[in-house]
Amino acid sequence: MKISRPTSTRLLDFLGSMNLAIALLVIVAIASAIGTVLKQNQPYPDYEIKFGKFWFEFFGSLGLYDLYAAVWFLLILGFLLLSTTICVIRNTPGIMRELRHFREKAQEKSLRAMHHSLNFTTTQPVEQIQALSQQTLKHEGFRFRTHQENGTSIVAAMKGGANKWGYWLTHIGMIVIFIGGLLDSKLPTMFGEWVGTIKPETRNIPASEVPPISQLGVNNFSYRGSVDIPEGRTANIIFLPIREGYLVQRLPYEIEVKDFRVEHYSTGQPKSFESDIVIHDPDLKEPFAHTISVNHPLIYKGTAIYQANFGDGGSEVQLQLNPLTKQYAQQTLTGNISQDYNLSSSTEKYRLELDNFRLFNINPVKNDKGEEEQKNIGPSVIFRLRNAAGEAIEYSNYMNPVIIEGRMYLISGVRKSPADPERFLHIPADQKGSAELFLTFLSALQDDEFVRTTAITTTRNSMGAIQNQQVDSATVENQIVESMVRLTQLFATKGFDGIMSDIEARFPEDQRAQVSEAFTKVLQASLRGVYLDVLKQHGITEPKDTDWLFFDDSLNAISNLPFYGSPWYIQLKTFKQIEASGLQITRSPGQDVVYLGCIMLTIGVFLLFYVAQRRIWVMVKPLESGENEVIVAGGTNRNPHDFDKYFQRLGLAFQTVLTVRGD
Amino acid sequence: MSVTQEAMQALMDKPSFWQRLKLTDWIWAALVLVGTAYAYLLYSQAMDIYEQGFLIASAPALIALGWNWRAVQPLSLLITAFSLLGIWLYSGNIANAEAVFGLKYLFSSQSAIMWMSALFVIATVFYFGGLIANNEFIAKTASTLTWSAVIMGFTGLMVRWYESYLVDPEFGHIPVSNLYEVFILFCLITGILYLYYEGRYRSRALGGFALLVISAAVAFLLWYSFERGAHEIRPLVPALKSYWMKIHVPANFVGYGAFALAAMTSSAYLIKYYYSHPSRLVAILVPSFIFLSLFTWIFARTAFGKTPFEGSLISLGLNSAGIAFAVTLLLTALGVLLMLPSTQKTLPSLEMLDDITYKAIALGFAFFTIATILGAMWAAEAWGGYWSWDPKETWALIVWLNYAAWLHFRFSKGWRGTQMAWWAVIGLFITLFAFLGVNMFLSGLHSYGEL
Repeated sequence: MKISRPTSTRLLDFLGSMNLAIALLVIVAIASAIGTVLKQNQPYPDYEIKFGKFWFEFFGSLGLYDLYAAVWFLLILGFLLLSTTICVIRNTPGIMRELRHFREKAQEKSLRAMHHSLNFTTTQPVEQIQALSQQTLKHEGFRFRTHQENGTSIVAAMKGGANKWGYWLTHIGMIVIFIGGLLDSKLPTMFGEWVGTIKPETRNIPASEVPPISQLGVNNFSYRGSVDIPEGRTANIIFLPIREGYLVQRLPYEIEVKDFRVEHYSTGQPKSFESDIVIHDPDLKEPFAHTISVNHPLIYKGTAIYQANFGDGGSEVQLQLNPLTKQYAQQTLTGNISQDYNLSSSTEKYRLELDNFRLFNINPVKNDKGEEEQKNIGPSVIFRLRNAAGEAIEYSNYMNPVIIEGRMYLISGVRKSPADPERFLHIPADQKGSAELFLTFLSALQDDEFVRTTAITTTRNSMGAIQNQQVDSATVENQIVESMVRLTQLFATKGFDGIMSDIEARFPEDQRAQVSEAFTKVLQASLRGVYLDVLKQHGITEPKDTDWLFFDDSLNAISNLPFYGSPWYIQLKTFKQIEASGLQITRSPGQDVVYLGCIMLTIGVFLLFYVAQRRIWVMVKPLESGENEVIVAGGTNRNPHDFDKYFQRLGLAFQTVLTVRGD
Repeated sequence: MSVTQEAMQALMDKPSFWQRLKLTDWIWAALVLVGTAYAYLLYSQAMDIYEQGFLIASAPALIALGWNWRAVQPLSLLITAFSLLGIWLYSGNIANAEAVFGLKYLFSSQSAIMWMSALFVIATVFYFGGLIANNEFIAKTASTLTWSAVIMGFTGLMVRWYESYLVDPEFGHIPVSNLYEVFILFCLITGILYLYYEGRYRSRALGGFALLVISAAVAFLLWYSFERGAHEIRPLVPALKSYWMKIHVPANFVGYGAFALAAMTSSAYLIKYYYSHPSRLVAILVPSFIFLSLFTWIFARTAFGKTPFEGSLISLGLNSAGIAFAVTLLLTALGVLLMLPSTQKTLPSLEMLDDITYKAIALGFAFFTIATILGAMWAAEAWGGYWSWDPKETWALIVWLNYAAWLHFRFSKGWRGTQMAWWAVIGLFITLFAFLGVNMFLSGLHSYGEL
């Protein structure tokens, strides 16, 4: 007759079963692996660019961007916890029995059938054998029970019960770790979001304007967030990132950052990041100062304050806007990083968004030998220039000239969108390391009157050589001068590409090569003429090789200007660096619980692996001959290899003592 | 107490642990204590309280190890002697690495590590030679070579530790801080774990298997050193400047080493098993070789795909497909040799192979648990949270879950045999991904060893 078990028992059996536990372990492992392949908690637009709209939304609905906080993932962990708990509860009675029961009622047959079993006969009396077994086993560290039945007597012994403690410690340790993790989890926040009492803020607004529904009070049980505090400033909140938004967490104290420092190794790599902070707390008699650094957090009021990163805290920069076209005037601007400024003196409206300031830039630079080496090329300012249509181009301009293959350049990086690679404009720097000569040359090229004057001189000088050819020199001269001016102007505003498209527009294809050659000669003559005049103004009458290299570099730079997109070359003149210290502040009351679980787990693992539970039985059975048969049997749950040897030695000892001396 | 009882005890009682200690054990222990005390006097000012604690605790730990496994005694003495010799030869000048004969060819860290690499590879060949030819002398030579490799490797690491201070006192750090250094550590720990089991089970038959994985690591090490200049001593990033590194990393590598060893003894198990079940061999062989060659190909592609093939001597004639083909061919040839009856006779019994696999996984699991916990504690101090689901952390958890499941099957279900052996082999690939793949393919907070 088969008794069907109630559903609840079957459910309990299923939940506590090994198969479920292992299936869950595997699922957790696979889910975790997915979370490592798909980078977690990136800005949402990045995911959308990567996957396209459909997949972006699909993955988003599965919670894959914050997988480890996804409901389904937490549910699996919950099941694993439940399964482990049920497993412990169900196995505990059995283990208790196992620990308490000596199995002194073991049957002769089962003892004989054991893997470790031997028997011999002896003339020694039962009492003596029993006494011997008890004393020996006791000496060997076993605990024992005796039992007598139908004339046979048995000594049942065991040791190594700590092995079973290993089971409890490992499994309960895991449960404790889970609970500790739960205490520090985002579950309360998730619950608050679910019932609608908490709503993450997604707008980029000052913390003071964040509505109360996106704020968490000082009594929040656990949190982990970060805040950037500029030097000399104070903060009493941190930001907790949640998916594409954030929450504002109030702190029970105020932190002031006095100073942030980066120390460097001789190679220029950072050696340490540290902040001098001051805690202001009404509970304190006076504020107290402390220095934190990476690996050395400050623990205060149940929270830990870590040095996590750093950034710019609104450095003051003085910028000089050098116009690259005639229509704009030079101007200077003093501003702070992360502020926006309207640029007025232009026909078009621009907005200058100062993004960042960097004191050090370790970049690969080609040295004299043409080899690349890592070098600090000094401070830079990173900004965006946004036009009236709202389109922005990002620039990173370096303050100091950089020497590349023996020549000095002022460098400006440019890119239209963060996804693009950065391209660089190399403006040749003059001997003083400034852009002045280049800018003078550029503005001279854009000055039609200046170009014309030079063109006339240049043309007359070269015409002088062919004076005797009796042509209408005035007309020719005029033609040449006009085309010089036109081409120069074209080049100075649109670069070589402008000239090429001009040729393409005005000449049929078969003439273009010829025209292009002629134009290049004319243009070259004009450019050289202007350059020589500009040099003369700077007191150089006899240009050297380096001056001609400068000329070539200038033409290169001018030719690239049409792609540069900015009407100014914005130069960083002076700066006052204000750094911001990036602090991570956590409150994790579950941490000690987790550590307790970890200790239990570690001890448990060692007990489980390295303590063997051993059992030995010595049964004495009187034979009809008057002799006694001794059956020694044993078993172990670990390390059978060692137990083999041990059992052999024990059995042999019994046999030797009881038979040899059995006179 | 009766006379029989006394006789019984006389038979049962082995001399106690303390009685078994010989004079040499005590002398050695005294040397360890003196050495530790000297190191403490010399360096304690440069160490924080935890590091002083580690130094003090390392003395009894080493003594316990040496008393339980006597081979550690001469090993540690030789490593100490060679390291001190190396340090003495430097006489405070890093330029001596190229100038002094003893450093240039023996004891500068780079030379010592080259010696280690060469000795491990030669030992692998000798072990397999001894196994296939069933020749005890060859196998013994292999053992000696392996011991020498371990000595040279540890000497290399010790000298490297000193060199890092010579390059620049601010750079100085224990050499377990980047992928290059931990690969050396991996070779050494796997090697020493193998030597322990060799002594305990009195069998040299598994040496080739264990050293095969070390040789693979050596190949990577050489490529990493020659091609990427990874052996250069660089300063630590601020996040790694912590006493935790001194315990977290070595504990982790005992885990990795033991898992690697388990995978290799399992390979031996499988070879032995399929020898007696040849009908199943083909079904297994084809997919394994496809997998192995694919794996090698992907690995080689990742490594060599980025660099042009012409140029350095090492990359000459090496390309990913070529490497994959050569490795597969080599392993096939090895597989055929291992299927020879003489080889099979020398291989230990299936029970013993199973037992060593279990022991290695248990040891690895215990240390990996400790390492992961230490890692969590360090993370709590450096990153502000004991668990951040950083890729390396997560993969450590995956490895841990994998072996936890393996152990559950063995303990609770009593599973033994081929499926467990296969699982242990697959476990190595999961471990390998956690150890190497994460650094190669994923980015995260553990980005100290990029390729």
